[in-house]
Amino acid sequence: MSERAQIDNFTELGLVERREALAVGKFDLVKEVRRLSAKIEAKSVLNAFLETTDELAVECTSKLAHSEEAFPLRGVVLAVKDNIALKDHQLTCASKILDGYKSLFTSTALQRLSDAGVVIIGKTNLDEFAMGSSTEHSAFGPSLNPFDNSRVPGGSSGGSAAAVAAGLATASLGSETGGSVRQPAAFCGLVGIKPTYGRISRYGLVAFGSSLDQIGVMARTTYECAKVFETMAGHDPLDNTSSPVPVPDCAGNLDRPLKGLRVGLPREYREGTIQPEVANSVERAAKVLKEMGATITECSLPHTKYAIPVYYILAPAEASSNLARYDGVRYGLRRGTPPPTPPASGGEVAPPLPPIEDIIRASRQAGFGAEVKRRIMLGTYVLSSGYYDAYYLKAQKVRRLIRQDFLNVFDDFDLLLTPTTPTTAFKFGEKTADPIAMYLSDIFTAPANLAGVPAISVPFGFDDKGLPIGIQLMAADFREDLLFQVAHQLEGVAQ
Amino acid sequence: MSDYAVTIGLEVHAQLLTNTKMFCGCKASYGAAHNSLTCPVCMGLPGALPMPNRRAIEMAVKVGLATGSTITRATKFDRKNYFYPDLPKGYQISQFDKPICAGGSMEIRGLFGVKRVGITRIHLEEDAGKSQHGDDDGTLIDLNRCGVPLIEIVSEPDMSSPEEAYAYLMEIRRLVRWLEVCDGNLEEGSLRCDANISVAPEGERGVPVEIKNLNSFHGVEKAIRYEIERQSEVVRNGGKISRMTLLWDSDKGETRVMRTKEAAHDYRYFPEPDLVELSISDQMMAEAHEASPEYPWVRRERYVGIGVKPDDADVLTAEKEFGEYFEEVFAGCNNEAPRAVRWVIGEALRWRKELGGGERFVVSAYATAEVAGLEASGKISGLAAKTVYEEMARTGRSDPAMIVKEKGLEQVSDTGALEAVITKIIEDNPKEVERYRGGDMKLKGFFVGQVMKAMGGKADPKATGEILGRLLG
Repeated sequence: MSERAQIDNFTELGLVERREALAVGKFDLVKEVRRLSAKIEAKSVLNAFLETTDELAVECTSKLAHSEEAFPLRGVVLAVKDNIALKDHQLTCASKILDGYKSLFTSTALQRLSDAGVVIIGKTNLDEFAMGSSTEHSAFGPSLNPFDNSRVPGGSSGGSAAAVAAGLATASLGSETGGSVRQPAAFCGLVGIKPTYGRISRYGLVAFGSSLDQIGVMARTTYECAKVFETMAGHDPLDNTSSPVPVPDCAGNLDRPLKGLRVGLPREYREGTIQPEVANSVERAAKVLKEMGATITECSLPHTKYAIPVYYILAPAEASSNLARYDGVRYGLRRGTPPPTPPASGGEVAPPLPPIEDIIRASRQAGFGAEVKRRIMLGTYVLSSGYYDAYYLKAQKVRRLIRQDFLNVFDDFDLLLTPTTPTTAFKFGEKTADPIAMYLSDIFTAPANLAGVPAISVPFGFDDKGLPIGIQLMAADFREDLLFQVAHQLEGVAQ
Repeated sequence: MSDYAVTIGLEVHAQLLTNTKMFCGCKASYGAAHNSLTCPVCMGLPGALPMPNRRAIEMAVKVGLATGSTITRATKFDRKNYFYPDLPKGYQISQFDKPICAGGSMEIRGLFGVKRVGITRIHLEEDAGKSQHGDDDGTLIDLNRCGVPLIEIVSEPDMSSPEEAYAYLMEIRRLVRWLEVCDGNLEEGSLRCDANISVAPEGERGVPVEIKNLNSFHGVEKAIRYEIERQSEVVRNGGKISRMTLLWDSDKGETRVMRTKEAAHDYRYFPEPDLVELSISDQMMAEAHEASPEYPWVRRERYVGIGVKPDDADVLTAEKEFGEYFEEVFAGCNNEAPRAVRWVIGEALRWRKELGGGERFVVSAYATAEVAGLEASGKISGLAAKTVYEEMARTGRSDPAMIVKEKGLEQVSDTGALEAVITKIIEDNPKEVERYRGGDMKLKGFFVGQVMKAMGGKADPKATGEILGRLLG
């Protein structure tokens, strides 16, 4: 077996096989992590990583190697979106405004994963502050889609998707506000889950739209995705919005039969411009599920068409407040102050400091990119006195209707089946000139964030250009176990 | 003062006496090294999230119950957005449209009489940090205070004079101290007050002007008086009052403009998405009831009911500990209110002021009760009792019986000994005896004085009177 093949085997193996191989000494984790680091370097053209955490990874793997403990996630090599805090490491959110900032603490999610034996290999690229669907809004340049380097990997968790798709990590963490895990997972041929709101602690996830944000997982297989998910999930006393609902065994129940499963095909997710191959994948998946004993029925979520407008009021509103702390005063990039002068000699007087407003204005002007500024302005506007009722409050009301749609439909159905995205990965620059066109790539994913329900994207076929297609499953609150179960069984027939 | 209708409302911020901050586990205390009481949450670092402090919520409920407010059982937090360097998140977590308490009131008293002032709302929020503005080396920021829990108590515009505003503020201070939710220190900023004042001709609506930075009780009164004069002058000259925010400069004794209406902030309040809606449970309500002490106005009525004069009852309920002290002395005085009042107000509170800096009693209630008992039983005279008390206050001793013994202050009520002394006095003063027997009854006092003199003030006045009556009869 050539060395090259061996490296690829490591990331391409399922988690169970990988753990077995490690256990019998077929792989040496320290060596594999070193090889992965080298591979990340070699594939730097993908721009998937903003930082590699080699030292930490090596330290961690040798700790694992010398421990007797079982470590349920030994063998998972994780890439982490650079908006999730890891103590003593950068937390750029792909923004210049956080230049030089290092986190003083580790997020609850990463802490739980580290405790379970996960090796963190690096921090990945994203659209600035997770605002975007392509990584084209990263201050550090876009990541490339490993399937076709002229195309976007999706976003905002595009770096995390590219890293796993290119075999640079076995799983990755992303974050979702309106589809930022599922959409890149679909574009890069991965399984990607957006858990129920409150399922995974947000402590240590840099806030974008706090009432929508959830940490999500991407992996090559449903099993690995489920293992990482269930390790992170569960109540956290540091996050008031985290749920006390117990987390069921997800990875252990993937093969339960689907007989009697009631699957709904929401009519509203079949309207509009959908790439025919994508629509076809959904039809094929429905057929497969039927063959497995599920019933397939059309259903309706009548308020779906309001999801994008509502999302683009609420998420920016929260973002405008969440991003107010980046003011150049305490950390990160600061502009608007004169350069430090050498110690005064001969009666020289230091120039007076400019007013604080000037420092804040100049720092934010220089530190934020265009899309972030656009959303801060949007959000500030919809919360302004005189506009609040017409925009923010109205959007909150419609959001409740959207959630009610889901609650109603889950009275009659266990699962909804839809496309994840209207198209497969698009080309760089295709949508950057038209923000609305970019926003519409979240059209099928944003509703789950607004409703708070869990959703997963599963690779199901390829288009005629060889680009992966993702299909989406949605379930009632806290039924991630069902999503994983169905995803796993679809995955078995997809290839 | 003013010929116009004056309307005053106060917004009082009270820092809650919790161990930890409103949304994190940092210690909430005053005077620690700069920025030493901070963590990712109160520093607003990226990714940190708030967790509400249950004790602070309980305290707010207690104040709500005491003011007869309705407790909002389904309440929530909101964000108040504005940029300031000592506000590290760029927003303050506060409460906007569902304050934890609403619709209460407080009774105030003074030379103006008795008045009930409405309390519009009481809400919970977090404090900002502290900016220390230097002259030329910029501004330093201390985040120790950042995140300390506050309640804001907003009154109805029910007050119409600086005296009423002062009385209201004192009443709030007494209450929050009474409930042990705030130490009520205006100078250190644990109690802060903003005033809204409007002056208009009778029957017309005025425009409220806000004054901030009122950091002493008399400052509040002075600033309000100043502002009433200023507005009255404007109205008198036919001018218009414009809505604005003023800062009180206590050194100069005047207000200056902080911002005008045009520059008013739009705080863009919206529900705090990091915190779930807060429901005040039946259990918490029950616990708050349980933990609520007898309120000062209830205690005052009770004291009047047991024979304390209303003015004295006011004094005894100025602070909660006075009442506890009084009741111990009261019990030691066989439940005789006037005697207990005399000991507590005349002695204990006087020495507290003189030697305890007004902060602490220098003689324990137990010892006070003991001295009162010695006097009541006739063991020592009233004069001797005061001597003993002063000795205790000055030395910190708490053994009055021993002091009486050491100083030989016991009263002589042994009739044999008294009779001998009195017989001798009668013998030594034949002229006075004759005049007395001749009908000059005023001379009784002369004889009593002679007895006291002979016995060093230790003669039991009652027994002395009896024997004198019998022997002179």
